[in-house]
Amino acid sequence: MNYDDRMREKILRWLLWLGAKLLTGARAVVVQPEPASGVLPAAPARTVLYFANHVSHGDFVLVWAVLDARLRERTRPVAAAEYWNSNAIKRYIGQRVVRALLIEREREKRTGDPVEQMAQALDRGESLILFPEGTRNLSDATLLPFKSGLFHVAMQRPDVRLQPVFIDNLHRVLPKGELIPIPLLCTVYFGPEFMRVSAESKQEFLHRAQSALAALKPT
Amino acid sequence: MNQTTLTLFIGILSVLGLATAIAYGLRLSVARGKPHPVIDNLIERILAWWLMVALVASAFAFGKHAILLLFLLLSFLALREFVTLTYTKRSDHLVLALAFYVCLPVQFALVWIEWYGLYSIFIPVYAFLILPIIAALRADTERYLERIAVVQWALMLSVFCLSHVPALMTLSIPGYEGRQMLLIAFLVIVVQSSDVLQYVWGKLLGKHLIAPKLSPSKTWEGLIGGVLSATLLGAALHWITPFSPLQAGAIALLINLMGFFGGLVMSAIKRNHGVKDWGHLIAGHGGVLDRLDSLLFSAPIFFHITRFFFEP
Repeated sequence: MNYDDRMREKILRWLLWLGAKLLTGARAVVVQPEPASGVLPAAPARTVLYFANHVSHGDFVLVWAVLDARLRERTRPVAAAEYWNSNAIKRYIGQRVVRALLIEREREKRTGDPVEQMAQALDRGESLILFPEGTRNLSDATLLPFKSGLFHVAMQRPDVRLQPVFIDNLHRVLPKGELIPIPLLCTVYFGPEFMRVSAESKQEFLHRAQSALAALKPT
Repeated sequence: MNQTTLTLFIGILSVLGLATAIAYGLRLSVARGKPHPVIDNLIERILAWWLMVALVASAFAFGKHAILLLFLLLSFLALREFVTLTYTKRSDHLVLALAFYVCLPVQFALVWIEWYGLYSIFIPVYAFLILPIIAALRADTERYLERIAVVQWALMLSVFCLSHVPALMTLSIPGYEGRQMLLIAFLVIVVQSSDVLQYVWGKLLGKHLIAPKLSPSKTWEGLIGGVLSATLLGAALHWITPFSPLQAGAIALLINLMGFFGGLVMSAIKRNHGVKDWGHLIAGHGGVLDRLDSLLFSAPIFFHITRFFFEP
């Protein structure tokens, strides 16, 4: 990959960021015991596994848009290979521009192990944005039931910081089946670190993670 | 930038400089370096004012097109804040797309080509009638009137009313050719000073709340002190307008009152939706609409009064 290609990808990334800002005014709110608003603190010491709700294809762009620039460069969304490999344009955007970590969702057709892929990326110092609902939530419920990937990665890499991220209002910007996004303000809520509890079952863990994420939804 | 604009600009910078000095003085003497919500917010507001003045001044320096562009952008931000706060649903998608991507740019394009006959009715007549038709065609009647009324209000306030600020440049007043930009300066300075002076008088003397349900900070002392002092300021600024000192004062009084009531109406909408601010774009002030509310209500009135009495 030569210099021009890398520049082009960087510019496209920047345009994506600019588009998200213009359209949604993307703003981060850090939900701590005491809620405070503003830019996220500079790069935390550990790699982070952000887990977020999924309502639109633009979700990760929004999470990304509110991270500070250095953090953004080493944070990758985890996305479905079936979708992002389906044509040449998507492949270019998915692999080069947003540098998604592509995983195969359908168990039967898998050639690689998604959990192993994520663990390796975290080992390389990359932070990940995971959507544990597995698919876009088009229902009226706050969240769909979580898939188990989050649990397995969390257990395999106990040092990685787990952080729930709730993306609010994006479903109004681009509802399913519409092509033109409407400019509306969106807020990204970053919850407190999600702690692992020893000897917890998969079900308990996922249930707790889901509640922690749902709790970030503004009332 | 001519002599008048320059003098005006130096005047504004002096006032801001003085305000900054006083605010930091208060931080030293009253807050003594400790966090103090009122003084910290005051300093935040004043710093934001420096940015806003810099932005408007550069638009003035670049001339007519830059001013139009600035208000187009403000209109976009205002519309975004308004629609975000209100209730719309999926079936409103096309209507909202038309509001943002057709109504808004067309309105400003009409102002740009100075087609008074159309930009003064485009939204109140055409958008008003056609958008409900499009919404009705989607056959979703749940809260129909509320949903469409919200879009109409959003367009009227954020686009139609606000576009009357740059529209001031299209007025042709004998003996005032080429200086219409100063009408914008007059309107913006008087109305914004009125807001600031109401805040200052309110903080210094304010005791009796005007509408405790709408706003915890609007007091009779603030209103009377603020509006009167901003009216005097308006009269004193007659030299940048085609008005006599008395006319300038009377017009200033009118737009200050409109501005005050504009703030009240916009507060009512915010309370209706349970929020304190329209957004978060301007540190210390809230959203764009929090800063523009008084301008929205005064701009069309100022435009038409000037047009009626001073255009031949």
